[in-house]
Amino acid sequence: MGRFLRCTAVLVGKEWISLFRDVFMLGFVVYSFTFAVYSQATGITHDVRNAALAIVDEDDSPLSRRLAEVFRRPEFQPPVPIATHAIDRAMDTARFTFVIDIPPDFQADVLAGRSPVVQLLIDATAIMQAGIGAGHITGLLDDEIARFAGREAASTATPVGIQVRIVFNESLNSTWFTGVMALLNNITMLAVLLAGAALIREREHGTLEHLLVMPVRPVEIMTAKVVANGSVILLLTGLSLYGVLRTLLGVPLSGPVWLFLVGTALYLFFATALGIFLGTVARSMPQLGLLFILIVLPMNMLSGTNTPLESEPQWLQTVMQAVPSTHYVALAQAVLFRHAGLGVVWPQLAATAAGGALFFAWSLARVRRQLAAER
Amino acid sequence: MTTPAVPAVRLAGVGHRYGRTIGLEDVSLTLPAAETVAVIGPDGVGKSTLFGLIAGAKIVQSGTVSVLGADMADARQRTAVQTRIAYMPQGLGRNLYADLSVEENLVFFARLFGLNAAQRRARIDTLLEATGLAPFPDRPAGKLSGGMKQKLGLCCALLHDPDLLILDEPTTGVDPLSRRQFWDLIDRIRASRPGMTVLVATSYMDEAARFGRVLMMHGGRLLADDTPAAVLARTGCADLEAAFVALLPEEARKGHTTLTVPPRSPDGDGEAAIEARGLTRRFGAFTAVDDVSFRIGRGEIFGFLGSNGCGKTTTMKMLTGLLPATAGEVRLFGGTVDAGDMATRRRVGYMAQAFSLYGELTVRQNLVLHARLFDLPSTGGRIDALSRRFGLVPYLDSVADGLPLGVRQRLSLAVAVLHEPEMLILDEPTSGVDPVARDLFWADLVALSRQQNVTIFVSTHFMNEAARCDRVAFMHAGRVIAVGPPDALRRQQGADSLDDAFIGFMSRAAADEEGEGAPPPESAPLAVEHAEAPRRRFSLRRLLAYAGRESLELRRDPVRLAVALIGTVLLMLVFGYGITMDVQDLRFAVLDRDRSPESRAYIEQFDGSTYFLRRPDIADGAEMLRRFQANDVALAIEVPNGFGRDLRQGRSPEVAVTIDGAMPFRAETIQGYVAGIHERFITDMATSHGITLPAAAATVEARYRYNQAFRSLDAMVPSVVALLLVFIPSILAALGVVREKELGSITNLYVTPVTRLEFLLGKQLPYIGLATVNLLLMVLMAVTLFGVPVKGSLAGLLLGGLVYVTATTALGLLMSAFTSTQTAAVFGTAIATMMPATQFSGLLQPVSTLEGPAWAIGTLFPTTYFLKISVGAFTKGLGFWDLLGFIAATAAFVPVLLALCLILLPKQEK
Repeated sequence: MGRFLRCTAVLVGKEWISLFRDVFMLGFVVYSFTFAVYSQATGITHDVRNAALAIVDEDDSPLSRRLAEVFRRPEFQPPVPIATHAIDRAMDTARFTFVIDIPPDFQADVLAGRSPVVQLLIDATAIMQAGIGAGHITGLLDDEIARFAGREAASTATPVGIQVRIVFNESLNSTWFTGVMALLNNITMLAVLLAGAALIREREHGTLEHLLVMPVRPVEIMTAKVVANGSVILLLTGLSLYGVLRTLLGVPLSGPVWLFLVGTALYLFFATALGIFLGTVARSMPQLGLLFILIVLPMNMLSGTNTPLESEPQWLQTVMQAVPSTHYVALAQAVLFRHAGLGVVWPQLAATAAGGALFFAWSLARVRRQLAAER
Repeated sequence: MTTPAVPAVRLAGVGHRYGRTIGLEDVSLTLPAAETVAVIGPDGVGKSTLFGLIAGAKIVQSGTVSVLGADMADARQRTAVQTRIAYMPQGLGRNLYADLSVEENLVFFARLFGLNAAQRRARIDTLLEATGLAPFPDRPAGKLSGGMKQKLGLCCALLHDPDLLILDEPTTGVDPLSRRQFWDLIDRIRASRPGMTVLVATSYMDEAARFGRVLMMHGGRLLADDTPAAVLARTGCADLEAAFVALLPEEARKGHTTLTVPPRSPDGDGEAAIEARGLTRRFGAFTAVDDVSFRIGRGEIFGFLGSNGCGKTTTMKMLTGLLPATAGEVRLFGGTVDAGDMATRRRVGYMAQAFSLYGELTVRQNLVLHARLFDLPSTGGRIDALSRRFGLVPYLDSVADGLPLGVRQRLSLAVAVLHEPEMLILDEPTSGVDPVARDLFWADLVALSRQQNVTIFVSTHFMNEAARCDRVAFMHAGRVIAVGPPDALRRQQGADSLDDAFIGFMSRAAADEEGEGAPPPESAPLAVEHAEAPRRRFSLRRLLAYAGRESLELRRDPVRLAVALIGTVLLMLVFGYGITMDVQDLRFAVLDRDRSPESRAYIEQFDGSTYFLRRPDIADGAEMLRRFQANDVALAIEVPNGFGRDLRQGRSPEVAVTIDGAMPFRAETIQGYVAGIHERFITDMATSHGITLPAAAATVEARYRYNQAFRSLDAMVPSVVALLLVFIPSILAALGVVREKELGSITNLYVTPVTRLEFLLGKQLPYIGLATVNLLLMVLMAVTLFGVPVKGSLAGLLLGGLVYVTATTALGLLMSAFTSTQTAAVFGTAIATMMPATQFSGLLQPVSTLEGPAWAIGTLFPTTYFLKISVGAFTKGLGFWDLLGFIAATAAFVPVLLALCLILLPKQEK
């Protein structure tokens, strides 16, 4: 045991030096934990922002002009007036996502209590904006018309009231979610790539077989790679969490962060072991890159970082239960967003650890077999 | 045909630098036509740079290079003269295509040089016959032995009957018999075409003796330029290697003395250091090592000779326990070798072929690492002593990768002896090292053997090194064909040199089995004069030669082919099911404090909805929090006490709804659903009680166009098609070009008449084909599997798709201009295409909502336009003429991207 620890420690030091001398890889790692997280968090927004809107004003009354003025930045670009016959072309070319059609005599009908209809045309192919934007626009129009008609009190007269309370992210700031999820995706990506590359680099340079003629066992080589690369990623995860997510993006880290980091450390066992496994399958770095696209990209996409797991077909949800990243993502969301403690997330923690241990053992068996069979 | 007045090659004041490293310095020389010239010197002295410049593969940096009367700095003259030059770069089969067969390689080169089918057939048959390759037309080039690879390379070079033949180290790593056959072949070519100039580089200095002229190089400069006889006469040396050392400047010769090996004291105690009995190793059907036996005593220097691929390395790996033997046994110090035996490892030092220490670590770090792994103290005595002894002190803190080859070899040896092993196994430790460093290295070996009684098992290519061993074994095709002291072996064959003795043994062994090719008939006309083919600025034949070759290679590479074919299909499934904006099966729970018929009716509304799934009820607030934290529910409905009573009495009770905001998108959707259900409860209640609710002043009627059901698949699937057709085709196209850069076959672009446009389009064509197949597959999947019909013009979609993949593969080609390794090509292209395609092309957010740089990138990226074609044809139901504008916009990218590629892809190396 003492020999194992000593040997592994020496090899971990070597892995670190190798990693720090690989400027290209190091640059990529730093980029992934800083700029990539920031740009993904701020780039893809689920909120309505800068929506392109056109108005067909067939009424041209004070009311219809007032309606055009309620759409303001940053949610909306200034509405563009267009003619009826231009609607189809404008929507076909995706110039506008929303077109509001105000019928003739609209103001007169409102004043006469004839309850006229405003048409809101939505480009349903603009999937992110269409649904939420439509609700938003309808609300703005309703309010403005009601104000014009002097009937603000109308809504209070409903027989049942509803009080909606949003918990954990009261203002529904989507940056919090996308930022943390970008971090999780990059943890998986980097762990797989670094560990896989570390193995392939040694094989390409012939240093692996050099190690094997020395008193070093495969388990020590693999443990060293897992520990060395995992620790670098764990450190960067912490830095990214506080430096990028909390400081730059204002994500409140009110949950038990230590629990998240413990979960990450356990998960890294799985992710680096997966990298080493792929490193035994791929014969070169480009092949590792291609395998990454086929295996890790889908794993990331489906583990719940993009869309909620329950939106997937049932069979897929069942399959994804076998993948440790699903449990890790669930753990991270519970801890970081919902302030859950160990009492709540222990099943996920256990599943992540078990997945890591199983995969480590499997990868080790494969590394051993391959080293024995290699010419 | 060259007129004798024009020299074949004339260099004046030529210099060449690689960054700060000097490749060539002020070289001037004139080589007359019809001459045979050998350039000798160890690795890294500038031989390959010199040849690259003469062949036109490298850009002339300073001075003038004129070849066959053409100025190589002038693109037009260079292109014209390149049809008369043949260039075989260094490295076994480096400009060949390993996955292609002998025949396919030859056909490819013949097409590049514009030979028609009849000419091609005739030339290929002649050359295959003459070189003895005729029996193996279908064998992949990668599976040929070193000697056969070089013969094939020569065939490819001779196809177009060059006036100048340039061979860069054609015999390095080739066995002596093949080497001799190769030079005989060159002599015969010369005999049938005396006007041809032959320029050869070699690190086996003695081979140069058969040439008319010898150029000796050192440090980028010429040491000598004369006939071999004159060089020997001037230096008074017996052989060219000694002459080379004698001609070296004083400081390069420092410490060099003629090495003498003291005889071994015959105190052998009988116990062998190594003993192999019937050692055999098979890889599948291939027998790499066949029934090898030998016995080596303690302190003996045992040499192991043979060509690349004859089984030397495999044997050595079995001796170290790295590789288990298929049959037979190895005994080290009397015990059997077990791969897991740590004790034996401490007694053996191993130095693998090529430098296999950590290049990214410094010399000291390498030494310390190994000391620690052997549980030796990492500071003080041992490491200091070793670095002094092997002359490593000045380099201790330098990164090993940047050191000269000779220093790295000494470091390897230092590491191998660090733990004071009783035996050293060294696999070609001196390949590529200059003669002075080689002699120093051998002095160390001799000292280890004679002073410390270390047994040394060493393999080598060099006969003069073999001559220093106590005993040598000749190995050929997996068998040991002779063992004994060098002098005894020479006498046994009655040969003048050890080289001749080896060939003698090989011929005898070959007589027992089928040789690598029958002796070639003498009559075959190897080189002929023929009318020059007309030169074309653009040749479809050359373009198709590249396209055909690329598709063949792709078909034989399982990983790339798998990604190309199933990559898109798999990812389409993942994206189709994975990125859904449809939020459904939302788990909710109820905290019903009222338990009245009214409260149950209210909850019933949620229960009945297809969006929601009811979980067990909640008892109190604490439980609610816990259930939220565990993501058991995303929504909790709390009905207050007295809800039913208040409702009956018209006192407007209030329901409290709590939504998990952790996933904002999901929360917003839930909010929408809740509002709808709540609204319906009110209207239902009103109608059942016969109450008319006050009419709104006006209503807003939302109409979802193109996708009434607002199903996210209908919007996602067309987008995924656009996304995947940029991602994978561009990566594969980039890899296609960068692979050639990395493997070295890009040289064929530099030195053959193929133009950059032909090269690029030829490389692109197969990937356009593959991407089109992918397009068809994805459209089929969209319609059948995902149930997303093509509502608009299918013709428009397919035409747009074809144009789009032409643009995306061109984008991949453009990326290949910026990257020099395959790794960088994969990751660089992935990043460069993924971000604009997913974020700025309208996939998630319409381009019309973008601003600033994001908008600019979106507008200047082809995916933006194909996305409109795809969504338009699938979901919006646009007809062919509606799509034509977008198709034209996509098409505009193709010439622009290709023009950029042409500008950025150099036709020569730096």
